[in-house]
Amino acid sequence: MGFPHPSHPKETVVLSRHFGDPAARGFRGWVDRGGYEGLRKALTMSAEEIVAVVKESGLRGRGGAGFPTGLKWSFMPKPSGKPHFLVCNADESEPGTFKDREIIRWTPHQLIEGCAIGCLGIHAERCYIYIRGEFTEPWRILVQAVEEAYANGALGTDVFGSGRRIDVVVHRGAGAYICGEETALMNSIEGKRGNPRIKPPFPAQAGLFGMPTTINNVETLSAVPHILVRGAEWYKGLSLASPKSTGTKLFSVCGHVQRPGNYEVTMGTPMRDLIFDMCGGMRPGRTLKAVVPGGSSVPLMTADEVEDCALDYEGIAAKGSMLGSGGMIVMDDTADLVRVVWRFAKFYAHESCAQCTQCREGTAWTAKVLERILQGKGTAADLQLLQDLAEQMTGKTICVLSDSCAAPVVSAIRKFPAEFEAYLSGRREPVPA
Amino acid sequence: MPDPATGVTVTIDGVAVVVPPGTTILEAAKRAGVLVPHYCYHPSLPSPAVCRMCLVEVEKLPKLQPACVTTVADGQVVHVNSATAKQARQGVLEFLLINHPLDCPICDQAGECELQDYVFQEGRSGTRYAEYAKRYSPVEDFGPDILYVPNRCILCTRCVRFMSDVAQAPLLNVSERGDRAYIGIADQQRLDHPWAGNVVDLCPVGSLLSKDFLHKARAWDLDKTASVCPGCTQGCNISIDTRDEVVVRLRPRPNLDVNRHFICDHGRHDYRWLNRGDRLETPRVRRGAALEPEGWPAALDAAADLLRGATGRAVVLASGRASTEALGLARRLVDAHAVTAAIRVPLGDEAPLPAVPGLALRRERVPNLQGAELAGYRDAWDEGIAALDGAGVVLLLDVELTDAERRALGASGAPVLLLGTVDGPECHLATVALPVTNMAEEIGTYVNRDGRVQLYRAAKGAPGMAQPAWWVAGELLERLAPGVAGPATAADAFALVAQGVPALAGLSHGALGFTGRVVALEGAGATA
Repeated sequence: MGFPHPSHPKETVVLSRHFGDPAARGFRGWVDRGGYEGLRKALTMSAEEIVAVVKESGLRGRGGAGFPTGLKWSFMPKPSGKPHFLVCNADESEPGTFKDREIIRWTPHQLIEGCAIGCLGIHAERCYIYIRGEFTEPWRILVQAVEEAYANGALGTDVFGSGRRIDVVVHRGAGAYICGEETALMNSIEGKRGNPRIKPPFPAQAGLFGMPTTINNVETLSAVPHILVRGAEWYKGLSLASPKSTGTKLFSVCGHVQRPGNYEVTMGTPMRDLIFDMCGGMRPGRTLKAVVPGGSSVPLMTADEVEDCALDYEGIAAKGSMLGSGGMIVMDDTADLVRVVWRFAKFYAHESCAQCTQCREGTAWTAKVLERILQGKGTAADLQLLQDLAEQMTGKTICVLSDSCAAPVVSAIRKFPAEFEAYLSGRREPVPA
Repeated sequence: MPDPATGVTVTIDGVAVVVPPGTTILEAAKRAGVLVPHYCYHPSLPSPAVCRMCLVEVEKLPKLQPACVTTVADGQVVHVNSATAKQARQGVLEFLLINHPLDCPICDQAGECELQDYVFQEGRSGTRYAEYAKRYSPVEDFGPDILYVPNRCILCTRCVRFMSDVAQAPLLNVSERGDRAYIGIADQQRLDHPWAGNVVDLCPVGSLLSKDFLHKARAWDLDKTASVCPGCTQGCNISIDTRDEVVVRLRPRPNLDVNRHFICDHGRHDYRWLNRGDRLETPRVRRGAALEPEGWPAALDAAADLLRGATGRAVVLASGRASTEALGLARRLVDAHAVTAAIRVPLGDEAPLPAVPGLALRRERVPNLQGAELAGYRDAWDEGIAALDGAGVVLLLDVELTDAERRALGASGAPVLLLGTVDGPECHLATVALPVTNMAEEIGTYVNRDGRVQLYRAAKGAPGMAQPAWWVAGELLERLAPGVAGPATAADAFALVAQGVPALAGLSHGALGFTGRVVALEGAGATA
């Protein structure tokens, strides 16, 4: 639902059904709303059956990459005597994204239940929830919910009398965006500096503490109980455009819309409907200029591209961008896109872990060039330089942080050349950065 | 066709090589004679693949691959010098230079700097970063011999990994993030680990500097000589770097079986004795109270007369830094006598390098204990000193004696033949004193604790009239034993010594190469 607004008729509320309802936070309240039925059902199933259902549902990773969840789970080895780990990535730090935060704030048991089922699916007895350090309130709520889950037998050495053991450990981050990258996150849990690791080995072979590990986003795991209860067919049916994108997706809409907030829609819903109906469109007298559809790491979209774009992995990819995390930043005609991409670049320059040369130096240089342009000192050569830097920063590093810095810059230059022209020609007043 | 279990075939820049499975592209390329430029990779350290300099094009793969961590696959075709790979390297070099001070004219690394080399080889000729100030941080004092110049640092993290993974003393870290990152040192700690000096060698740029070598010499003015560390019985392979006949530093020389790419700080810093100015430079023969300078022929004749006329027990006191050749031939000079032959072995604390099995600064602080034992000497200095009482003749081979030992020597009344490097108080007790070279001035072999016979080479000229001790002993042998020809070269001297030492049989200088050969030590010595 578009919390704090009531849900819109065009939404399909599954994960967000109980947003805004404080009674849903407690264990009892959650059970009263049908909670933990999925886990009870999972306890009667084999790991292979659980994975098969999730595979069949078409659920894909909601953290940004969109990798099929069931397939990821199936990469885990058979029980081998080594501990397996499930890691829940709750380090939601992508600028423009705030969906996981609301899931944890309002329905922590929905996530815990998903984590427990995930553990059963991958032969794990322990799940680490790595929660962003700045999420103080969600952390408090989550820790309390985990305690309640233990007290009520949903976690612990004998989950709901099944004899199965599932532990959930909540681990707080310390304020690094890069720790949302899965291998950096694992290093961080291990007490090391949060630097991404080289792959291979992939987490399913050697992940957390060198053990087979699966890592899933909060929204992904939160969808799992619903899939188990209502079935893969139901989930698969939630698809309006591409059959490869199923279920519902939460979009965190911010920026120049009348009603910003989280909106849960069926995959394939027209982007127009989300922006203009559910979010109430632009402010009076304003027109849409650009949309960042999936968090600050993805290429920008023009108003024209928004017109006929379906909100799913394929639909947004067809417009040259990415669904990403679903953090949607909407900008009307008052937005200064040079300033916007400068702010993004500054963020990446600040958050680069400093391992790879291209990222460490390239993000900072990109921010500096954009700053020059903002100050009215830019030249046409700077645009070429930005694109050269972006080329060097794309596909050449351990993780995709530098790619993420480059993508919005390149798309802004390509799709909104007039924004840069305005600064280069002196038509737009220089802005002190 | 190679067996896929033992070898895979890869083609690198058109050169096909067969390498064991699991070999990285970078190492396979070395076999193919292709250098993949790199910074963070080092064969003795774990690879983090962070510098991204070694990105290469692999056919059928969409992205460039880091050659340092990507293992070869059979039939793979790799392009190190394709336009795409070169462009990526040029990009990395440009990024590395934007915050690099380019203060090469005052940087110790200039001339042996991998950043300089690769930029010169394939970097851009100009900068596109002209408008901005470079990152600045002041020089940090990391430890007794180590300075950190953050401005020059390219964050390859070799130093961090050496300390954490090899020395297993995680004193260094990467602090901060993004382009503010720098190498940090643990709070309140000093980089004073016994092996810490290696971080200076590992640093591909001039960011970690040795205070000892600071502004001492330009790299291109140095002559480098393959040698063996005289610091302990480990026998680490080193390079002696000299400038104008002066040893200015010792650096490790790779030998995967002995010291990999490392040497300890004790060995690294103990080189000034090689440059001593108080050298014995002229042969001298005692005439009454005076020790008078002589030419070599007359001095050798006098020494031969001394030995010929001697009766009774011979006592040989030798330095464990002497070559196997010198020790062996000197011992042969007194073969006709009952002999007490001893070397002095100073002891210190053992300091292992944890991640390299079998590598440590050893307690026994001489390089040739095993060689001396093979040649018939014993690690029994006190017995040697005790035997001075009643000795018929004493032979000193480059030893320095304490006051008490000199008194014992004087009291014995025996004639003393001295072969020495230093014009010290021992000379006053000599009947004949002959100047010999130190290990940096001669060719010779040391036998390390594992029986590895290793060749060291002459790094600088000898002072005055000094000659290698093997030559001096050989000349004397020729005079004493008709039919024996004194060796003309160190290799001849080795062959002569090897005749009497079963363990060395069949070995020759030519067979030792740059990494030495291992011989069996057990019961193989000439010691009766």
